[in-house]
Amino acid sequence: MEEQFPIKKVMDDQGNLIDSSYEEKIDEELVRTMYYNMLRIRTFDRKAINLQRQGRIGTYPPFEGQEASQVGSALALKDGDWMFPTYRDHGATLTFGADMVRTFLYWNGRHEGVVPPKGKNIFPAAVPIATQIPHATGTAWAEKRKGTTNIALAYFGDGATSEGDFHEGLNFASVFQTPTVFFNQNNGYAISVPIEKQMNSKTIAQKALAYDMPSVRIDGNDCFSVYFEMEKAVNRAREGSGPTLIEAVTWRTGAHTTADDPTKYRPDGQGEEIVHPLDRLEMFMKNYGHWNEEWISETKEKIENEVEAAVEAMENSPKANPADLFDYVFEQNPEHLEEQKDQYLAQLKGD
Amino acid sequence: MDLKVEQKPEVNSKTKQMTMIQAINDGLKTMLELDEKTILLGEDIGKNGGVFRATEGLQEVFGEDRVVDTPLSESGIVGTSVGLAVNGFKPVAEMQFMGFIYPAYDQIMTHVSRLRMKTLGHYSAPMVIRAPYGAGIRAPEIHSDSAEALFTHMPGVKVVCPATPYDAKGLLIESIEDPDPVIFMEPMRSYRAKREDVPEGKYNVEIGKGNKVQEGTDITLIAWGAMVPVAEQAAKQAEEQGVSCEVIDLRTLYPLDRELIAESVQKTGRAVIVHEAHGTGGLGNDILSVINDTSFLYLRSPIERVTGFDVPVPFFSLEDHYLPTAKRVLESIYKSVNF
Repeated sequence: MEEQFPIKKVMDDQGNLIDSSYEEKIDEELVRTMYYNMLRIRTFDRKAINLQRQGRIGTYPPFEGQEASQVGSALALKDGDWMFPTYRDHGATLTFGADMVRTFLYWNGRHEGVVPPKGKNIFPAAVPIATQIPHATGTAWAEKRKGTTNIALAYFGDGATSEGDFHEGLNFASVFQTPTVFFNQNNGYAISVPIEKQMNSKTIAQKALAYDMPSVRIDGNDCFSVYFEMEKAVNRAREGSGPTLIEAVTWRTGAHTTADDPTKYRPDGQGEEIVHPLDRLEMFMKNYGHWNEEWISETKEKIENEVEAAVEAMENSPKANPADLFDYVFEQNPEHLEEQKDQYLAQLKGD
Repeated sequence: MDLKVEQKPEVNSKTKQMTMIQAINDGLKTMLELDEKTILLGEDIGKNGGVFRATEGLQEVFGEDRVVDTPLSESGIVGTSVGLAVNGFKPVAEMQFMGFIYPAYDQIMTHVSRLRMKTLGHYSAPMVIRAPYGAGIRAPEIHSDSAEALFTHMPGVKVVCPATPYDAKGLLIESIEDPDPVIFMEPMRSYRAKREDVPEGKYNVEIGKGNKVQEGTDITLIAWGAMVPVAEQAAKQAEEQGVSCEVIDLRTLYPLDRELIAESVQKTGRAVIVHEAHGTGGLGNDILSVINDTSFLYLRSPIERVTGFDVPVPFFSLEDHYLPTAKRVLESIYKSVNF
């Protein structure tokens, strides 16, 4: 199966193009967009870990190591498309247009955090594993029924492919030929369980064979490979040629969450040889004349300012409103729920 | 409040004698005609017209895109319905039997019920999940569960359970028009038990309102779905012994019609709650709480509950022993009035 699904790369670990035909396709604008977004989400991610350590936000699941997968895939979408992320995909949602302040708020336990900006179809991060996969199929199905060219993108990890909802979502997509892209980030571990204990299958891409669905295995740390393969899948979906499964082979550099200690289950030094996706892009930029110190330092400064401002805005947000506990359970709440609300709010006032 | 037995609203259309299953079919057809966003999903509901024929003939009229034969995949049906619902469609999903809803429980619990609340109203997943429930038709195992309490315990979904053809159609239409998700339980034992006049075209029966099906003064019997005829039968037998029973058909299990329960129990001072599901953790306990909260000082005897036993719903050779019967209800009536 590894031979049938070779890991597709556009550049090697040292940032050299393997396929020179890509040289023309990779223009300065794409390179800078890629670098900016990858650096931006890494800065966000590292900041979030620090904030958690300082007790300023709740438990946080870092995505460091997966920046190329998340940015490369998210950049292939356009407004009108739908994104169904997991809790580890804030790099993708931020790239697609989620608000950074709200993203911090989400990790601070705030419901406001899942509300996307107007016109951005970003579903709340799925915390149960794989449940978002049939959602993406259903929403894409609706787009097909409406006759649009919008598509839906579902993110999920390697562990999710063991869940029933992965198979149910892919099967529905295959049967109804929905415009869905199933983007798997195979980061090696589902919390502590390594891929070889998760499945006896040699690849995740091969699971699409069961559904007669096109699939591809890509180097998830190669932002260009992710972007161009994603673009192919997105175009196929827009043209009405149905769903695609993409397996992006990547690596979770850090812990599952800030509450997790990977030294308990990961052998010493495992993954150290993997070149970080951002370092790889940096080497590419230097190799191909895209490295501009001035632009890099401006970009870094801009991102740092943005992240600092977002943290400040998150911390200056008014407190969560206790009425929000009650107000959105139903469009119109039943009487007994309104009574619970009135009694509780009156009690709060009295305190 | 006027406590007269509810008069059915005047509907400016002809009526037709229908069984409950025909009324459900007619309700689905009505909404498919009126709202192009309505889409039916389920196993065997298209060409086959559903294992109970609830969707008979609908695919022929409305096509495969609107009456969809789905893969055998309950979580897939509800999961894709979430995606359809947030993107403008109104899915009406059929679970072939309520006992097969469990693979979809995760989707209902973790997404359908809480999407509106968790997004502060930005997204919601209004849909109707139809599920034939209950024992008494000699079905194979798992086909006979009454799982309402799993869903009345789930904030964010409404739970509806009609007992008559008229209510089945009116409540189904109301459920499809409701802006929130509704679990629509259909007592399969009552599917073809009786016919009654059902108006053609669209009419609504309000969610959250029970129905007093019989006036009485000595004791209130509270039931829903397939237990309503059982309660009525017990009431008739009690009447012959001089006990006047008021019979309430709750029709909606979440939210409960607290007002109707309270008014009736305050009048009679006694109550027997009848349900097919297991007693422990059953909805009867919530009804008991409503009575406790609203009518404690009116009570003349402890409230009785007649429910399915705390055992798994058995194979059908034992189901008549499992199910509450008029005889058991009658015993509780006497126990209560002779307290």
